[in-house]
Amino acid sequence: MATRGFSGRGRASGTDPARLPPGQYLTSDFPVLSAGPTPHVAREDWKLTLQVGPRPIKSWTWGDFVRLPITQVTRDIHCVTKWSKFDTAWEGVSIDNLLADAGIEAPSGFTLAHSFDGYSTNVPTEDLIGGRAMIAIAYDGKPLEAEHGGPARLLVPHLYFWKSAKWVKALQFTERDEAGFWELRGYHMYGDPFKEQRYSGD
Amino acid sequence: MTSKPSSAVKLTWRTATVVAVETRTPTVKSFFFQLAERLPFIPGQHMDVRLTAPDGYQAQRSYSIASAPETSEHLELAIEQLDDGEVSPFFHETVAVGDEIDLRGPIGGHFLWSVEDGGPVLLVGGGSGVVPLVCMLRHRAARGNRAPMALVYSARTAADLIFATELRALSERKDGFDFFPTLTREPGPLPGVRLGRIDRALLRDALAVLSTLPKVVFVCGANAFVETGAQTLLDLGIAPATIRTERYGG
Repeated sequence: MATRGFSGRGRASGTDPARLPPGQYLTSDFPVLSAGPTPHVAREDWKLTLQVGPRPIKSWTWGDFVRLPITQVTRDIHCVTKWSKFDTAWEGVSIDNLLADAGIEAPSGFTLAHSFDGYSTNVPTEDLIGGRAMIAIAYDGKPLEAEHGGPARLLVPHLYFWKSAKWVKALQFTERDEAGFWELRGYHMYGDPFKEQRYSGD
Repeated sequence: MTSKPSSAVKLTWRTATVVAVETRTPTVKSFFFQLAERLPFIPGQHMDVRLTAPDGYQAQRSYSIASAPETSEHLELAIEQLDDGEVSPFFHETVAVGDEIDLRGPIGGHFLWSVEDGGPVLLVGGGSGVVPLVCMLRHRAARGNRAPMALVYSARTAADLIFATELRALSERKDGFDFFPTLTREPGPLPGVRLGRIDRALLRDALAVLSTLPKVVFVCGANAFVETGAQTLLDLGIAPATIRTERYGG
């Protein structure tokens, strides 16, 4: 049923409606959201670890990491707080290249990403490989700012952006789908913006 | 903590009727909604609202709940008008008593406080970021709770302080709640109100009245405000894990 007096005159014109997921609005800003203060991680202290369960299997220092093949992608991103931003440009190391450098195939069906501030989020491993995700270190041609997750964040643009864990420090491969920070607090386990999977029961 | 959440019920869209509209400040209006059933929620949570145009186009936004869970039959959302907004100007210019609006919620699992969580609590709000914090204060008052709580609230001018009379009255109860307003664009001077942005000195004074380190700190407002506030608190020795942030806008 229509809302009295609402015509949607303010909607962004010229936008391909199929590109904007349900309930989203287009922004040209890049809003910052987080559960707590911005951590500041110096590159000399930075480390990224792959774990299988509790067992670390490979780590990279910043110096090691930036020598890996770098991929550039341009993608639309969608935040669960309703804003979407089109054609965002990122650079980083694809999860495929990360696994290749570690000399392994994806060890299990699920991944739990961990961040330096204690944040975590879960993603099916299939959603990270085949070019679908990367560890991003640059946005819009510049090193990723701390507020947006720098030095490095996970980037999984086909899911709501809370899955693109800022300040990522580890990818832990798990046997079961283990709920991360927001998933334990009422948000959807998978988070497909085109199915509007925002909250747990959606 | 369990590794998997229990199966959750879908939050459905409900139609709510606007029963009152109140102008709070030159840019903020409160909208009071009646739902078919009373909705339980925790202070700090928000509602999603959805507007539908005749051609089926829909717009959704989130607004923090201002009313306390205990005292109100009606849900209050205090909405600030954004000049370049799509939804807030519609609320300010068109929505009237009797209108029906779709709401979904309550939503939020981290930026929450109820009296069972205890204190001391430091609240730091900028502009309309004060809304979820006022919900926490109203809840505390409704329950007759005396957990030490301090609110540092930054607005542009005296006219922009939302709920100013109510906040002053709550602080005059002397029940453990202290109010620290500060104005950033008021020419001033004004009695009982500081001028200038929230700074180290003001946060230090607020922490001092709490007498022990806060159990939790809530910082809410525009991103730049939250970023500065959170960093200043870290500089003052507050542990990062005790700071919860909610960032409005860009």
